[in-house]
Amino acid sequence: MHVHFLDPYRSRNSPIHRLNPRIKLVLTVVFILTNTLIPTGAWPVYILLFALIFSVELISELGISFVLKRSSLAIPFVLAALPLILTVPGKTLFILPVGSWTIHASYPGLERFISIAIKSWLSIQAAIVLAASTSFPELLVAMRALRVPRLLVSIFGLMWRYLFVLVDEATRLMRARLARSGQSEIPGAKTGGSILWRARVVGGMAGNLFLRAFERSDRIYMAMVSRGYDGEARTLPLPGIRPAHWVLLIAGLSLLGLLLGFAYLFWG
Amino acid sequence: MHHSIEIKNLTFSYPDGTTALHDVSLSIEPGEKVALVGPNGAGKSTLILHLNGILSGQGFVRVCSLEVIKENLGRIRSCVGLVFQSPEDQLFSPTVFDDVAFGPLYQGLHPAEVLQRVDQALEAVHMLSYKKRVSHHLSMGEKKRIAIATVLSMHPEVLVLDEPTGLLDPRSRRSLIHLLQELPLTMLVSTHDMLLVREIFPRMIVLDEGRVVADGPTQVVMNDTALLEAHGLERP
Repeated sequence: MHVHFLDPYRSRNSPIHRLNPRIKLVLTVVFILTNTLIPTGAWPVYILLFALIFSVELISELGISFVLKRSSLAIPFVLAALPLILTVPGKTLFILPVGSWTIHASYPGLERFISIAIKSWLSIQAAIVLAASTSFPELLVAMRALRVPRLLVSIFGLMWRYLFVLVDEATRLMRARLARSGQSEIPGAKTGGSILWRARVVGGMAGNLFLRAFERSDRIYMAMVSRGYDGEARTLPLPGIRPAHWVLLIAGLSLLGLLLGFAYLFWG
Repeated sequence: MHHSIEIKNLTFSYPDGTTALHDVSLSIEPGEKVALVGPNGAGKSTLILHLNGILSGQGFVRVCSLEVIKENLGRIRSCVGLVFQSPEDQLFSPTVFDDVAFGPLYQGLHPAEVLQRVDQALEAVHMLSYKKRVSHHLSMGEKKRIAIATVLSMHPEVLVLDEPTGLLDPRSRRSLIHLLQELPLTMLVSTHDMLLVREIFPRMIVLDEGRVVADGPTQVVMNDTALLEAHGLERP
């Protein structure tokens, strides 16, 4: 039994899936960058960006609900921006008395918080579409082609490869624990042990998993060296990019540039 | 009549749709030692995981006079000592003592009783002197023995082993065989080691593609070369 649920890739035959991974990666990164640079409160531009990513989601045949469900991943990051409501100075929204202190919530703070929430939500959708429409090996090739440092790409690749092995290993450890979590025939014995003891067991398991991962990495390295690895990852030359995809890249970049310029002109 | 293990018409499919067990029925008497053989992917490990309710399929499973249903799982897990194929999975605590004590501690036994059971279990596998050792640094043969001790400390009625002799050198294998012969428990052992089967187990069950294709005295099944070959096995 192996774990597949971690793999975000969903195989479809949509134009987005067929698009060259390099182009997808560049467009996604630039989309996220544009998102980040758009000034606070440029609501119409947010709507346009949303329309853009929404249409990409429709074309990708991944299913809107799939992307929206996954986009809830952005919530914890958005929560980190919550204190902005209280710290940005400006017109008072409400005053909260906490003991002898009073906390001022401001309109500009709220505006900035909502902007950040929308931007994160849009960015994560782009990342989800990229990850769900491009298999991980393709992404690695794209990163390499875009001159991301090779060592970093190798590390990403190995992480991806062994993430599943580790999850499998953790699953087996937990299964072994479950198999021995029994009930005594003596009536009245309290099963499960104390919270502290259970925490110690879990700590032991985590330590074990770490040691194994560590030793495995040694063995993997030795196996790589035995096959001639010298710290340099070599790959086959990459296939070219079709002209239509170049056109799409330029169109996408111009559109995003245009939106950014527009946002700065009116709200910057 | 009381059976230690009783399985009737058990069928199980994994969530991805592969049927791992197909209408499996078998029963094992108390004290009987039975080998479960079959090629890789035959469903041996899947079957074993049904014996203490880690997996549950359609059909009837009863172990130690308890039906394997949610309410009984606590009792069943201390009555079935399941030793996994890889001792690395079985041994998840920092020291040998912690691992062997896990089952009794989980059951909420008295500390004195826990200590006594740990000593007993380690004694049974001849590893008493390893109590304070770190399980991480033991040899494979030692790890296998400790793995068996981790379930013996629960005082199980049935011992279920998955591939006990895999990855062992001849000496460790030999001493494990002696150990299995010594232990006075009902045993179901999944293995590819046909010599081991011939040596210890009077009865063998052959599983292939999720079905029981043979179940009988080892001498008889072992002599049916055509059957063994048809199911990817070799006569020793």
